[in-house]
Amino acid sequence: MMARAQAKQDALSARIAALALPEGLRPARDAALARLSGMGLPLRREEYWIYTDPARLNAAEPPALAAEGEADFFAALDRARIVFTDGAFDAAASDDLAQAGVEIETLSDAASRDIHWVRDFYGSLETQGQTPVARPFAALNTAFAADGVVIRVTAEATRPVELVYRSTGTVSDPILHHCVKVEGGAALTLLEVGFAGARYNTTLEVDVADGGRFNHIRTQGRAHERVANTHLFARVGAEAVFKSFTLSANGILTRNEAVIELAGAAGVAHIAGAAIGEAGFHHDDTVFITHGAPGCESRQVYKKVLKNGAVGVFQGKILVRQVAQKTDGYQISQSLLLDDDSQFLAKPELEIYADDVKCSHGSTSGAIDETGLFYLRSRGVPEAEARVLLVLAFLAEALQEIEDETIAEEIRSRLESWLL
Amino acid sequence: MLEIKNLHVKLEEEDKQILKGVNLTVEAGKVHAIMGPNGSGKSTLSYVLSGREGYEVTEGSATLEGEELLEMEPEERAAAGLFLAFQYPVEIPGVGNMTFLRTAVNAQRKARGEEEMSAAEFLKVVREKAKALKIDADMLKRPVNMGFSGGEKKRNEILQMAMLEPKMCILDETDSGLDVDAMKLVSEGVNALRDEGRAFLVITHYQRLLDHITPDVVHIMAGGRIVKTGGPELALEVERNGYADIMSEAV
Ligand SMILES: Nc1ncnc2c1ncn2[C@@H]1O[C@H](COP(=O)(O)OP(=O)(O)OP(=O)(O)O)[C@@H](O)[C@H]1O
Ligand SMILES: [Mg+2]
Repeated sequence: MMARAQAKQDALSARIAALALPEGLRPARDAALARLSGMGLPLRREEYWIYTDPARLNAAEPPALAAEGEADFFAALDRARIVFTDGAFDAAASDDLAQAGVEIETLSDAASRDIHWVRDFYGSLETQGQTPVARPFAALNTAFAADGVVIRVTAEATRPVELVYRSTGTVSDPILHHCVKVEGGAALTLLEVGFAGARYNTTLEVDVADGGRFNHIRTQGRAHERVANTHLFARVGAEAVFKSFTLSANGILTRNEAVIELAGAAGVAHIAGAAIGEAGFHHDDTVFITHGAPGCESRQVYKKVLKNGAVGVFQGKILVRQVAQKTDGYQISQSLLLDDDSQFLAKPELEIYADDVKCSHGSTSGAIDETGLFYLRSRGVPEAEARVLLVLAFLAEALQEIEDETIAEEIRSRLESWLL
Repeated sequence: MLEIKNLHVKLEEEDKQILKGVNLTVEAGKVHAIMGPNGSGKSTLSYVLSGREGYEVTEGSATLEGEELLEMEPEERAAAGLFLAFQYPVEIPGVGNMTFLRTAVNAQRKARGEEEMSAAEFLKVVREKAKALKIDADMLKRPVNMGFSGGEKKRNEILQMAMLEPKMCILDETDSGLDVDAMKLVSEGVNALRDEGRAFLVITHYQRLLDHITPDVVHIMAGGRIVKTGGPELALEVERNGYADIMSEAV
């Protein structure tokens, strides 16, 4: 036992040896460091790390990563772009923040000016999200994040805000932390595009106040060597709507954690992911949704397409507290295994303390339907194209979670071109 | 149009011979019907012609306008003009019927070096042809054959045929599951496509369909072979007397 605790501390020391606590937001950072020191870093085979090796996320030296060379996402949308290159805000490449239509600034600016709401908010949802399941990499993020954005939305944002992550391949250890506060009745669409480096740690904290709407679309691009570890912490108020969709392609290791609390009556939280990968690909979605108020609806829709020995992981939990009567919870995780070498590891969990709830969950693994494939081919559709159609059909339920038609169409056509 | 010579087919997985020397020639412009007892190999013949996996051709050949069919991929056969209306149409969850039709039409055009159909033109044509078959907008939007009734699935097969305008149409029991009115619609759909450059091979158990689609030639298949060939009167004979007489005659 002692040896294990020591090993966790050793892993932590090795990971943070080269990191320094940035200036600003020191109380929150110090507290996060204290939390982190208490936890150490996770070791293989701990609960929630059974299927994914944490050592690969915290290797002292991340591998080099070539630039991605993917055409810009969402070019058809009028959006405010904020670019981070190698983990640092890239003013030259970004749009004018003053014109974004929402209150927005970089985390480092906000920290130096000690903005009230940021000081109170930074790390607060992450702290709450540490129980009942510890998330040391998120605490590490809060302590060491060099930059990010803080956004406050007080009305319906006129256009989406897009965060773009670029890497020049030289610095591979970006740690970014974003804070988003959507006030009552306000609305924002946040786009996140790209990977930031061979080792990439982001945290997004989102508070959606009563009647607010937050829509999140994230694409994690195709760089094969990418290692990504992301956390999304959200608190959803009464009659508020939170929606998040993530597209992941390739990447040797991706772990996307989401911790969502439905804190007010009749709130809605939908979270979905579509992932495709082959060979060294390992993709892990770990989701925890708490129904903490009555009459809320939650959906988790995860689809993974796995090929040539790829591994998909889904750990999804719905916790329904006693107050949360009339809960409507839905969870589905499915994999399409394109060969016998790939595997899907799923751990769906329900923990329900209220008696008047409707919760369903399902998890399946399957292969391409050969009969359907022949039917398509018999109508003249070439085999490769027919397979893509069937793969897209498999992903459809996750893609349907994207509300915006233009975005949905773009994601679909990217997938199509990647799959062909 | 279609020429099948001494075709022998066994199952790939087991040592079971299903077609035992099928000889059949269908000329352009003609409608041929195949009747025959359950399990005689009619569907197997249609699957082998369209390129389904799981069968092994041990002997013989099949050509479409002189081109060796059995060497081609299923999609190449389709582009060459072969179409099979399935006895059991397949459900494909997640693929919209419209997307499916448009993908198929354009894939075949592309394979033949023709220009793709524009979205607007496609929409116009598909609506028109769907209407003739009483296929409503909702059925066009739904995933392929999902939740379609038996008869709706069969009409959907005919819609695909009408859109693809194949040269050689094989209809495997397209009449089964159709109500009287639907049978008329489907027959009209088939008759509308009849012309000099196109041929049909209609597999059926009942004279009923042949009342609407008058065949030029009727074949009886039994035990993996064509055992008798005649005119439309042969179908009437089957209707009256079953297969017993024909089979004993053939032996
Ligand atoms: N995959 C298979 N495995 C085992 N037996 C098969 C397979 N496919 C066909 N058969 C057998 O081959 C024979 C011919 O089947 P086929 O479906 O071609 O008959 P059919 O003439 O179309 O009959 P029906 O009139 O009932 O549709 C049957 O005995 C059937 O059981
Ligand atoms: Mg049959």
